[in-house]
Amino acid sequence: MTANNKKTDRISVGKVIIYILLGIWALAVLFPFYWMILTSIKSYGAYSSEYVPKFITLSPTLENYITAFTSVPLGQYFLNTVIFTVATTAIMLIVIIPAAFAFSRLEFKGKNLVFTLFLSLMMIPNELVVITNFMTITNLDLRNTFVGLILPSVTSVFYIYLLKENFSQIPNELYLAAKVDGTSDLKYLFRVMLPICRPTVVTVTILKVIECWNSYIWPRLITDDPAYFLVSNGIQEIRENGFGRENIPAMMAAVVVISLPLIVLFIIFRKKIMEGVARGGTKG
Amino acid sequence: MENKNFKAWLYLLPAMIFLGVFMVYPLIDVFIYSFEENFTSSSQTYTGIGCENYSYILRDPYFLQALKNTVILVLITVPLSTGLSLLISVGLASIKRVRHLFQTVYFLPYVTNTLAVGLVFMILFRPTEHSAGLVNLFLSLFGISPIDFIGGPYFAKMFVLCLYTIWVVMPFKILILTSALASVNKTYYDAARVDGTSRARIFRKITLPMISPMLFYLIITGFIGAFKAYSDAVALFGTELNVAEMNTIVGYVYDMLYGEGGGFPSYASAAAIILFVIVLTITCINLLVSKKHVHYN
Amino acid sequence: MKVVLENLTKKFPSRNKKNPADVIAVNNFTFEIPDGSLVGLLGPSGCGKSTTLNLISGLLTPTEGKIFFGEDDVTDLPPEKRGVGLVFQNYALYPHLTVMKNIIFPLENLKGKDKLTKDEMRDKALDIAKLVQIDTLMDRKPSELSGGQQQRVAIARALVKMPRVLLLDEPLSNLDARLRLQTREEIKRIQRETGITTVFVTHDQEEAMSISDLIVVMKDGIVQQVGKPQEVYDEPINLFVAKFLGTPPINVFDAKIKDGRLYIGDDCVLDTPNAKDGEVYAAVRPEGFILDDNGSLTCKLKAVEVMGRDISIVSSNTNCHADAIRSIISSENAPKLGTDSVKFTLKRNKVFVFDKVTEARIDI
Repeated sequence: MTANNKKTDRISVGKVIIYILLGIWALAVLFPFYWMILTSIKSYGAYSSEYVPKFITLSPTLENYITAFTSVPLGQYFLNTVIFTVATTAIMLIVIIPAAFAFSRLEFKGKNLVFTLFLSLMMIPNELVVITNFMTITNLDLRNTFVGLILPSVTSVFYIYLLKENFSQIPNELYLAAKVDGTSDLKYLFRVMLPICRPTVVTVTILKVIECWNSYIWPRLITDDPAYFLVSNGIQEIRENGFGRENIPAMMAAVVVISLPLIVLFIIFRKKIMEGVARGGTKG
Repeated sequence: MENKNFKAWLYLLPAMIFLGVFMVYPLIDVFIYSFEENFTSSSQTYTGIGCENYSYILRDPYFLQALKNTVILVLITVPLSTGLSLLISVGLASIKRVRHLFQTVYFLPYVTNTLAVGLVFMILFRPTEHSAGLVNLFLSLFGISPIDFIGGPYFAKMFVLCLYTIWVVMPFKILILTSALASVNKTYYDAARVDGTSRARIFRKITLPMISPMLFYLIITGFIGAFKAYSDAVALFGTELNVAEMNTIVGYVYDMLYGEGGGFPSYASAAAIILFVIVLTITCINLLVSKKHVHYN
Repeated sequence: MKVVLENLTKKFPSRNKKNPADVIAVNNFTFEIPDGSLVGLLGPSGCGKSTTLNLISGLLTPTEGKIFFGEDDVTDLPPEKRGVGLVFQNYALYPHLTVMKNIIFPLENLKGKDKLTKDEMRDKALDIAKLVQIDTLMDRKPSELSGGQQQRVAIARALVKMPRVLLLDEPLSNLDARLRLQTREEIKRIQRETGITTVFVTHDQEEAMSISDLIVVMKDGIVQQVGKPQEVYDEPINLFVAKFLGTPPINVFDAKIKDGRLYIGDDCVLDTPNAKDGEVYAAVRPEGFILDDNGSLTCKLKAVEVMGRDISIVSSNTNCHADAIRSIISSENAPKLGTDSVKFTLKRNKVFVFDKVTEARIDI
């Protein structure tokens, strides 16, 4: 019995060390979030007069949030990003679903060749094509428009591939049965395939929303009118030109507002998002 | 048959148009740009065809600075973040309680806006009006005198950039490795235990080979991702990265294209192609190495 | 090496929130496995046989009770200190290692005075590979082997350390029917040649009957009966054991005993001088029927299936639990065509009577 006790003791010491190390990393992840929220509810005066940064505040205030929305067009940035995200994601789905369907179910000449070419496009880094796209959009006079912001990012070879793989898993008999019953391709796609593949469609949608919400480079190139800034560019603008003076608490309030939607989305769809990313999402 | 072909192409049409205009054409065009000498956004004409753009860039101190920064960033962050996420995933796999909570917390940085949270890192490292900043306060406990991490010496800025980059890329790696570890059949561990295999040996001889394809995937994507670093640097040091000595290759490309010193798509194209060649070379080397060490089922 | 299980009990915490009582996987199991024997743990899925195996291997620790290998109490020893070889149901061969490296793997774990040189390991691995007849496959990876070959590699890996006890978890379940016959003979041969005490788990009674020296029939974590296969078959201790052993399965009837006689319906089938009056189950092995025009048990003839040497008569009787009564008789005595009923006399030693409540065997 004593031997047994010793064994469990040793195991628990090892476990405790593991928990401590994991806890340290959890702190490293969470601390910036804590500091961001904490700073955002300190008043400007209190923050600037701290000789030693304080880890709690006894007089929380929401004035920074008011400043963030009134002194800079944060609401406008926010709205722009919502429009951009919704429009891009919706158009993307309209573009990629038929393409994935064609690759998975329809027979046509040169299908394999076209699909191989599609796949090889996955290796093309964004940096290579952004230059010409910038010139194209500029020449078309589409700078500082939503059209210019949205158009280049409404297709994704990777998502077509992901959907196509999922579509292909549906037994062909279902398609043939539908054909025998006289179901049109389009009806089959919407009534059978999409409902079965809903999880993948949701995954693709969520990943695209995250991507859109955080996109920075293309919007920065294509907009210089703050009326069309997205949140990333907005926060950069705030950082560089600020609130008239350097107002860190108000800046943090803006950061909180910008971060919140995705964190809420994450809390609601935690499992779906993590599964989706594990299946092949990468950042950016 | 004719009709059938036509219908299939119709389904593909929107995707093909968008890909054609915004991917295939630009891909060809970027090579053309890179060889057109003295082409600028304002002139819209070029004076000759040649490699002048490439040789200009390779002599440009800003590009060399960006190249140096990017290489240092890659060499530090890829091994560190991969190793650390492997440690954390193995730790996660060995516990039961609050494991899901940890996993959720660890994933948080993935869903945050890089630019926004970068600002938080900046204020943590930067002096405030009356103090040297939180991190310096912490360092002073160990008798280290205050360092300006955001506007100070090169190594300090590089340190913050690496730290933030690691913080940003960890969630993806932890997630992938955790699911890779979970997919290893438990009976292999039982079999090894019955045979008296030590923990270290189980890890080296069974766990690592079993997850090697995923580990390797992370190393490749890690290299590619780190070579394209840019937003992290902007978040910490602002858009004037050349002045801050913190520019990256991708940053150099965009600066050449647009902004204060912009309007030179040819230089930008040449730089982007150089980056592409570097990344392609590294990936090929990785693939060759992996042939020897990675076990695919 | 004999293996002694003493009052072995294993409880698992309940996963069902509505019913928080512990699940008892193995309940008070006491049994001595004689040195050098081949023992089959037999039972339907969920009966606790795999749990018992894992308790012997040390992968699980018992809630109560003790395990002895010879005279050594191994109850609190971790698996690696027990000296057991374990063959997993899915073989658990390391997919990235060759056959040779898989077999050597356990040897490389040896430390101190047991440590072997590379050559010694090779030699040992080759010896054992010859024993299981895979010595020509040493450089292959598991994915390049057939199921039967993988099984042999798994056995070789379990044997290479010369374990005190060899444990096999459902060793034949992943093989096709033809390989199964061949492999079970092979297991028997390997066990004979090495003389290692061997315990294996199976849900297939035929498999257990054919190769075991002893079988242990389990149900719901409780041992039902232990004995030589033929003994258990001939003298089942209760209805469950009688039903579980034998193909085709035993035929169970509702019956009653009255005035020292066994009645199925109104047919008086046997004299039962030792039994008390009352409602009972009567179970008759398929080979316990004799076709007899003067027989007492009348059944409706449904079909006659010719199986070569024997024929199988499928008939029905309202008192039988199953729709069909299967009886096997030699083909010389085939019933005449055109008859729609058959009469049987029953062989006394093939009829078992069980209590209706306890389902325990009643002496007749």
